[in-house]
Amino acid sequence: MTYAIEISDLKKRYESGFEALKGVNLTVEKGDFFALLGPNGAGKSTTIGILCSLVNKSSGKVAIFGEDIDKNFAKAKQYLGVVPQEFNFNVFETVFNVVVTQAGFYGIDKEVAAERAEKYLKELDLWDKKDVQSRMLSGGMKRRLMIARALIHEPEVLILDEPTAGVDIELRRSMWEFIKGLNENGTTIILTTHYLEEAEQLCRNIAIINAGEIVENTSVKALLKTLNQETFILDLDQTLPLDWSVDDFSVVLNNDGSSLEVEVVKGQSINRIFSALDQVNVNVVSMRNKSNRLEELFVKLIKG
Amino acid sequence: MKNSEIWIAFYTILVREIRRFTRIWPQTLLPPAITMTLYFAIFGNLIGDRIGEMGGFSYMQYIVPGLIMMSVITNSYSNVSSSFFSAKFQLSIQELLVSPTPNWVILLGYVLGGVARGLFVGFIVTILSLFFTHLALENLFLTVLVVCLTAVMFSLGGFVNAIYARSFDDVSIVPTFILTPLTYLGGVFYSIDLLSDFWQSVSLLNPVLYMVNAFRYGILGVSDINIYWALVMVSVFIVVLFWYGLRLLNQGKGIRN
Repeated sequence: MTYAIEISDLKKRYESGFEALKGVNLTVEKGDFFALLGPNGAGKSTTIGILCSLVNKSSGKVAIFGEDIDKNFAKAKQYLGVVPQEFNFNVFETVFNVVVTQAGFYGIDKEVAAERAEKYLKELDLWDKKDVQSRMLSGGMKRRLMIARALIHEPEVLILDEPTAGVDIELRRSMWEFIKGLNENGTTIILTTHYLEEAEQLCRNIAIINAGEIVENTSVKALLKTLNQETFILDLDQTLPLDWSVDDFSVVLNNDGSSLEVEVVKGQSINRIFSALDQVNVNVVSMRNKSNRLEELFVKLIKG
Repeated sequence: MKNSEIWIAFYTILVREIRRFTRIWPQTLLPPAITMTLYFAIFGNLIGDRIGEMGGFSYMQYIVPGLIMMSVITNSYSNVSSSFFSAKFQLSIQELLVSPTPNWVILLGYVLGGVARGLFVGFIVTILSLFFTHLALENLFLTVLVVCLTAVMFSLGGFVNAIYARSFDDVSIVPTFILTPLTYLGGVFYSIDLLSDFWQSVSLLNPVLYMVNAFRYGILGVSDINIYWALVMVSVFIVVLFWYGLRLLNQGKGIRN
């Protein structure tokens, strides 16, 4: 089977002696929406850097759509579109030129490049800015410009490195709708993000990297099933005494007793909490997870 | 990449480079025009009249080829060094690195961008010089060949400089402390016949001397050195610098971790 990305025993040691990758093995299936998560300095950007030739690997094998980067990197690069974390376009070029110039680097004919630039700039709401110098764009627009630029050669795999960092909620949602549409049309998406709820909502498969090693590589569903404890916060319409408790549950009341923090272990029913509240005539106004479920697992895996 | 795609990639880099230096013409094209006009007016007209003839020509006529060459050298060098370093500095070089464009095409694109600026400025300076003196063209082919080879050589030098540069200071150090002295001492303003034997021998170690004299020979028909030797030397420098620049690019020196 040919994978979109196939990485085996990938190692990277920087000149400083820092070992960023200690033998990473990873596969991403074609058409997947894949999340590569990890704390700062875990090796995410190094892995992505090697994939798109911004970092030289020390050893190991990397194949993109079956093309070994040691044998035919030029072909492998054709499959890949990259939206990096930092803005990396010529800020003095116009929006249109940034995108069309990138097409030229892929050997795309000028007319075709202009048509595609119009298509993607329109889809990403940047067409009215096409003649503006890219340095004049807002942060969110710059991110969208980098997405348009990465798509100009219509790659099979799109890598997005922290694409929504510093982007407001509305724009983030519209960006994800756009990316979801690309995925539905067959583009493989690889995403790194610090917003774990994004990864939980969008991605089918996930890898967690820590200290240069993959500590988990599975589907988001399978990973969430391993979560054996969740913490809920219940907002109440009345206050409870601070020593209020329910057998077998770990319950914490906030200072004035108007909200309740409950730990529910796998197999326990939260209905017992509702019954106990009912008995003292207290109603639940709202209920939410204390933290994102994936976040809880992430922290657990990183802390070992 | 197919040949047609490689051509598009090369053309894209070249057009982008030309667009860059024409967009910032007050920084790239205007200064050499003003500086050279001042040279023509002060050294050529005011002082030159008192100096008299050199090599059988008026002093003004003698220095014009050297000043044109000086403009070509500094502009082709600084175009590539500043453009490539800026691309490194603002990370836009990554646009090229992630693409399938071969490294030799990247090098060629940047170098010919530098050549384009060098020749463009050389043309402007030549036109300006005609307001001050008459220029006879002794050998058109040799003149064009020498100016092109020189622009290629110094563009390659600028590229190597930009690869190693870690700050904007590093980009200006070589032109200020090496290129300018070599150019001034490279027979732009005088014939090395005026020097003692010892300093004549020292001058022969200066590669700029060969280019200036070969160019002067093409225009005026006079030279302090052997023209064929000059052409061979420039060609060797080009081959070595191209090989070295490509090697640095392949290694990812200064651009890949």
